[in-house]
This record gives sequence, structure tokens and C-alpha cells, in this order.
Amino acid sequence: MARDDVSAYESLVEHNDARWAFGSDFDDPLAGVDTTVPPGVDGRDLAAYCLMLGDDALILSHRLQQWVTRLPELEEEVAVANIALDLLGQARFLLARAGAADGSGRDEDRLAFFRDEHEFRNVRLVELPRGDFACEMARILLASTWRLAQFERLRASRDPVLAAIAAKAVNELAYHRDYAAGWVVRLGDGTPLSHERMQAGLEAVWPYLDELFAITDVEERLVDVGVAVDPRLLRDEVEAVLDEVLRTATLARPEVLPRPGVRGRSGRDGVHTEALGYLLAELQSIARAHPQGVW
Amino acid sequence: MAATTLADARAIAASVTDPELPQLTLADLGVLRDVRVSDDGTVVVSITPTYSGCPAMEVMRRDLRAALLDAGYPQVEVRTVLSPPWSSDWITPEGRRKLAAAGIAPPGPAPRRSGPVLVQLGPPRQTVACPQCGSPDTTEISPFSGTACKALRRCEACHEPFEHVKEL
Repeated sequence: MARDDVSAYESLVEHNDARWAFGSDFDDPLAGVDTTVPPGVDGRDLAAYCLMLGDDALILSHRLQQWVTRLPELEEEVAVANIALDLLGQARFLLARAGAADGSGRDEDRLAFFRDEHEFRNVRLVELPRGDFACEMARILLASTWRLAQFERLRASRDPVLAAIAAKAVNELAYHRDYAAGWVVRLGDGTPLSHERMQAGLEAVWPYLDELFAITDVEERLVDVGVAVDPRLLRDEVEAVLDEVLRTATLARPEVLPRPGVRGRSGRDGVHTEALGYLLAELQSIARAHPQGVW
Repeated sequence: MAATTLADARAIAASVTDPELPQLTLADLGVLRDVRVSDDGTVVVSITPTYSGCPAMEVMRRDLRAALLDAGYPQVEVRTVLSPPWSSDWITPEGRRKLAAAGIAPPGPAPRRSGPVLVQLGPPRQTVACPQCGSPDTTEISPFSGTACKALRRCEACHEPFEHVKEL
């Protein structure tokens, strides 16, 4: 193949030209990675677990993308867009890992665009509708502090692919957390109005904190074989970080009741708030309108 | 013969530039991890993303393929490696010189982490010298910039804003 044949267009469209829809024809993000499931591990469980972790990142990424052009400063536009991009990258790896582990052959696009609401396994915190900027900083603080604690431990997972994805994500999540913590401190320890709104932001997301520490059957089985992290063990570390940030920010830890699920079922069981359906409609509509499209 | 082929393939892959920092090659950045030539002549190149969401990976694959196909190698395969994760310490001395020459402050040593990552609430942790005038009196404007791997800073001496490749 001569260089002339490797045009920019052609290299973006490695599939049948007629099916090209929008954007570029993304490669498998795990191209060339050995995705064999470790011995003694149920591939379906591993896939279900990767979907949980991947959906958390995908849905929060989409919520953050909805902020772009609506943030108070250009620097914040850039920061939030970059956080969304990091999370989208993590989601791509995790969804690709899920599709390879369960033997279904579903790629990341299939999993992101063609599952329905009840098949999504993200925690409810990440799907909540956009509030004000303070509320978003509170959400990013909670979500990234928890995810960081989880992924630090996942670096020792018996699944080498998951361990590698986690090791990469840890560095990114520490930046996300510190960015959000910086704003929580600035607003909390700012003017009376910014303090009041930051406190209100915390109150809005705090009812969804408890759900982050609940364990599912899939996680229990995978903890036993050294693949997953027991989320119940993360609470002390997460709360210690949050308490430190709140103390510095002169904010009070909200005294609110956890938001219950439906008969004990919530995000990890596919039982979501009303907000997720609207988010997915936006995320999935173009892919579903052009099901033969190659992305 | 085979050794020459491998050395050539390595040299070609190492000369491919980064799409977002075109002053630097993928080798300068430490993104290029390995180049091999298999018995059937297929060149297998391994690259690692700087950040999980790095959108430049697709373009790097394309550019590597194009450069090696152009040089006459019949088959090119570009693989992703995730482990060990990329570190800014892998940017070569040559890469650091090129960054500074392009007005981008190169990273200092990456933090060595053991145990939980402590939350950073105080003022930014390190001093970064201005790549324009050399003054150490610079402040962070935003922990993120035009790409995920850079932060945005301002020099208090010459008042120029500049980008800084973050320590990772």
C-alpha cells in the first residue's frame, strides 16, 4: 500500500465506506491487549463488574459534557471537559473489557448505545440532573474520592486488564478530586452566599453517598477470587477525606437520610432515578437512529 | 539483515510526531514502548496513552501505520499497552528541551506515591519556571489546559501565560 492510499479519510474509515456515519471509526481501545479471563474467574461476573465501573464513568462523563459552554469561566470549561474526557477514556476501556470478558463480543459502542435504562449499572449519584456549579463540585468530590479509593485497591486485582486500567485511572482521579476539593473550599470558605450555596450543593448529593458502599452479589463473588474491591471497606477512607475537605471549607457534614432504592434495589441493580432515561435519550439517540453507522 | 530491518523500523516509528505536540516525537514523549518485526515482516508497534481519554491515540496509530507502510513494510500492527501506566518521567531529555523551546514548561519529577493519595488543598505544590523568561515566580491558572496532560500557568515576572506538562 503506497502512502497516497493511506489518506486521512481512508484511515478514519477502515470499514465499508457506505456505513460511515459521523465522527471517526474508533479502534478497539484494548487493541492488542490480552483479554483472557484469569482462571477461576467467571467471565460473566467480571463483565458485570466492569459494566458497573464503566457505567459510573460513562454517565458522569456525559453529565459533565452537558456543562460545556455553561461554566462560569473558560478555565472551568477546560477543566470540566478534561475530567469528562478522562472518564470517557476509562469508560471505553472498561466497556471494552466487559464485552471481551463475557464472550458476547459486544464492543464498547454496542454497550454504550444499545442497552436500555434498566441494563445500566451505574450508581445513582452520577446520573442526577445538573444542579448549580456548587452542586456539581460536590458531586465530583464525592464520586472521585470514592472512585479513587476503589481504583487504588483495584491495581492489585487478579484480572491484569482491570488492574492496568485502574493503575492508569488513579493518577487522573486524584486530579479530579483535588480540582473539586479546591472549589468546595473556595466556595465554602468564601462569601456568605457562596458558603450557603456550597452547603446546599452538598445537601443535594449527600443522600446518594450510602449507595456507594453497598456490595452486590457479583462483587461478593469477585472479592472471593481476588478480582473486585469490597465497597464496604472504602467508607472510612472516603469519609475521612470528605471530612477534611469540609472542615477546611468551614462546611457542615449534611445530616440527611440516605435516599432509599425501590425495595432495596438501586443503581447497581438497574433501578435508577427518572433522570437517567432522559440522559440516555440524548446519549443514544443518534446511534439508534443510524444503527448501521460506524463510529 | 533482520537486525537492520528492526533498527530501521524502530527509527521510523521513533520519528513519528505527536499529533498534539508536533515538536515532539512519540519516542521523545515516552509513548512509544516497543517495536518488533515478526518473521513474516509484520511490524508490531506498542504505544501507551498518556491519559485514558487521550483522543490522539487514533491519530498516532494512523500515523505510525502510514510511516511504516510508506517505508515498504508489508503489514503494520499497532498495539495498546496499559501497564505500566505512562509517566511524565518517560519524557526524554531531548523531549524536555523541545518542550521548553516550544514555550511549554517540562514536567518536574513525578510524585512517588505509596498508600492513599492525600488530598491536596493548599497552594500548588511545586515551583515551575517560566519557559519564556526563566522566572520561578509563576502561578497556576487552571490544573487543566488544552490537553489533559497540561496545566495552564502565568508568569508573574513577564506576565505571559504558558502551558506546563503535568507531573504524572
